[in-house]
Amino acid sequence: MKAKIIITPKKAVLDPQGKTVQSALTHMGYSGVGAVHVGKYLEIELAGADKEGARRQIDEACHKILSNPVIEDYRFDIE
Amino acid sequence: MNFAVLQFPGSNCDQDVVHVLRHVLGHSARLLWHKEQSLGDADAVIVPGGFSYGDYLRTGAIARFSPVMEAVQAFAASGGPVLGICNGFQILCEAGLLPGALIRNRSLQFRCEHIFLRAVTADSPFTNQIPPDKLLRVPIAHGEGCYFADETTLARLKENNQVLWRYVNAQGEATETANPNGSLDHIAGICNEARNVAGLMPHPERASEPILGCADGRLVFESLVHALDERLQPAAV
Repeated sequence: MKAKIIITPKKAVLDPQGKTVQSALTHMGYSGVGAVHVGKYLEIELAGADKEGARRQIDEACHKILSNPVIEDYRFDIE
Repeated sequence: MNFAVLQFPGSNCDQDVVHVLRHVLGHSARLLWHKEQSLGDADAVIVPGGFSYGDYLRTGAIARFSPVMEAVQAFAASGGPVLGICNGFQILCEAGLLPGALIRNRSLQFRCEHIFLRAVTADSPFTNQIPPDKLLRVPIAHGEGCYFADETTLARLKENNQVLWRYVNAQGEATETANPNGSLDHIAGICNEARNVAGLMPHPERASEPILGCADGRLVFESLVHALDERLQPAAV
C-alpha cells in the first residue's frame, strides 16, 4: 500500500511563498491566476493490506509529526 | 549553577551558549547529546539555535521527538526553567511547550542582522534583570522566525503577560520596519503560562561580551541566573 499525503498551510496563516508564486505567474502573463497555496506532498510506502489500520496510523502520524496542526491542514489517500 | 545545553544533529549555537555560561558568567554548563534520557543535575536547560535535522519537514519537527525532549518535558512540567533560542524556540513550539509556531519570514528572506528588542515585562525568569527602558541590541539569523498563533492563543498570551520580547526600532517603537520577519504583534519571544519555559528568535549568546560589539544579551542569562538563585536558595539574602 501507499499513503499519499497533502499538507497545506491553513487559510488563516500567512503564505508568503504562495503570494510570491502567484505574482510570478501573473508577471509571466498567465491570466486569471487566483490565490496560490504552496504545501507539501509525501508518499509513504506501507507493508500489509489492512487499509483501515493504515488509515488510523497515517492520521495519527499526520497529526503528531507530519503536519503541525497550528499552521497546517492535511488530507491523504491510501492506495 | 548547572546548565544543560542540548545538542542535536545540526545544532550550531550550542558551543556559544556554553561559552557564555562558563566563561562569561562563570557557571557550570555541559552539552547534552539528544539521545540522552536524563538531564542529570541540571538546574536549567537551554535549547540552542541551529538547524536541527536540517530543518527537514518543519523547523524543530523532528528534534522534538528526540529522547532528551521527554526529559525536558518532565523537567518543564516540574517547574524547571527552559530557554529556547532560535531553533530552540522552534523546537519548544513544536513540542507544545510553548504555544504557536514559527513560520517562513514574510519577506521570504533569511535575515541576518542586529535588531533591537524591548523586554515587555520583567516578570519572568528570563527578563527580571532587564531594565524597563532598556533596548537590547542583539543579532537575529533565521529564515523561519515569523511568530504565528491563532487569535484566541494570541489574546491569551497578552492577557497572561506571556509576550516577553518585542522587535522595536532604535527609538523603542514597534514599527512595521522594525519587525524583521512579519511576526504577529512584533513578537520576538514568549513564555508559557507557568512562566518557566520561554523562547526567542534573537541570539543573546552572540551578544554577551563587549568584544562582540554588544553585551546586551547577557541580561537574559543574568535574569535566568538571578531566578535560579531565588529558586534554589529561597532563604538566602
